[in-house]
Amino acid sequence: MPMIRHCKAYVFPIMDQSTVVIEGIGLSSRSSNRLRQARSHVIRTGSKKKFMTDAHHADSQQLVEWMQRLAGCQDRDAFAGLFAYFAPRIKAYMMRSGSDNAAAEEFAQEAMLMVWRKANSFDASQASVATWVFTIARNKRIDAFRRINRPELDPDDPLLQPAAEPMQDDKVVEDQTARTIAAAMDQLPEEQAVMLRMAFYEDKAHSEIAEETGLPLGTVKSRLRLAMGKLRSLLGDIEL
Amino acid sequence: MTAAHSVAVTPRMAEPVHHLSEDLLLDYAAGTLDEAASLVVASHLTLCSACRSELSRLEAIGGALFATMPPMDLSAGALEAALAALESSDLDGLPASASQKHAADDRKASILPRAVQRYLGGDLDTVAWKRLGMGIETAEITLSNSDEAKAGKRSFLLKVPAGKAVPQHTHDGNELVLILQGSYKDEIGTFAKGDVAISDGSIDHRPVAGEGESCICLVATDAPLRLTGPLGAIINLFVRV
Repeated sequence: MPMIRHCKAYVFPIMDQSTVVIEGIGLSSRSSNRLRQARSHVIRTGSKKKFMTDAHHADSQQLVEWMQRLAGCQDRDAFAGLFAYFAPRIKAYMMRSGSDNAAAEEFAQEAMLMVWRKANSFDASQASVATWVFTIARNKRIDAFRRINRPELDPDDPLLQPAAEPMQDDKVVEDQTARTIAAAMDQLPEEQAVMLRMAFYEDKAHSEIAEETGLPLGTVKSRLRLAMGKLRSLLGDIEL
Repeated sequence: MTAAHSVAVTPRMAEPVHHLSEDLLLDYAAGTLDEAASLVVASHLTLCSACRSELSRLEAIGGALFATMPPMDLSAGALEAALAALESSDLDGLPASASQKHAADDRKASILPRAVQRYLGGDLDTVAWKRLGMGIETAEITLSNSDEAKAGKRSFLLKVPAGKAVPQHTHDGNELVLILQGSYKDEIGTFAKGDVAISDGSIDHRPVAGEGESCICLVATDAPLRLTGPLGAIINLFVRV
């Protein structure tokens, strides 16, 4: 993994593109409105800069860089960048799971502090930043809703069976993977995509999904299985 | 998430043959699996690199779904509040690094994954076994989620002496069994260290422990099992396995 190149004298690569983002990081409603205007403007004009002018659409290389700067030198600007990108998604994730606005917001803040605290354990060769943050938000949700500490494997367990082919440390899980997955999701029949979203976002067991949709449990399970099989075939041999 | 630095320390053993089902892994990845089953999943993951990569794949899908969620803006000052919380805590120091944690590990070999040891508060020598008869012993694992426990979900260790059989039985609910030591054989096949057996009401079996050493398993279940052998109906009245 590349070491942190410059901690203090870091220049936001997005800064020279647009100062809107820097203001947007403060997340006042006024600046978010300006962010939205900026985004719609960029999208309308079809500029290639659209991923760089909106904190909601940071590219994955940028996210990785922020993570490394956070782990390496507790860089507050990097944290602000991650916060602007992820906190609104964590909030959305919690609201889909049934939290009210205030609780979801508090939860998003706490989860982001967890991101700070655990920044050193992020390994870009193992997972994308979005996947890593998703697992943090998920575990926090389990902790909050079910009041259990999720049983997890200990990566330092002497019993740990090493991988047959150890992952290469220099390989960064690319944005490409996340995009491929997103594209593959789009190809799923809606009835299957709905099941996946319910399973992942709404904290619903198969039996609850069955109850809510009025479908037999077997149908729920088989749709989920079909969806996963389809995703797997669409994703092919991509290393995740 | 898997630890590259453990590679040098841990010798490879045979990969398990019987794996977690996709349903279980998906629920574990999504965070909806109950605690007892999650403990079996986490323990199997420790022993099985194939299921770990499968989990990474599912989590990557979860991550991609998460990234494509329509964001919901936080109220003004949310970042400042988070930064203020940082100021008031000791987070300015370096987060505990993985390598420091690693150095503090003791390397004593155990058959119990740490996920299980955490629940027991120690290693195998601290387990309070309870005799069930026929040489079979169990030790209950206390779950932290009392609602799930009240709903009949439980987890326990099961020890069957080498060469001995568990009486013929079936399951009213679902049962997950992970082999931690030794092996057993039943109508389905042979299960050895690291293997997971997934049973429901359709399975009526009489597992026999392999020779050589006792078979120790981690079990998660959501209903008591029901003995189906000749004396089963009577024994069912007295014993709750």
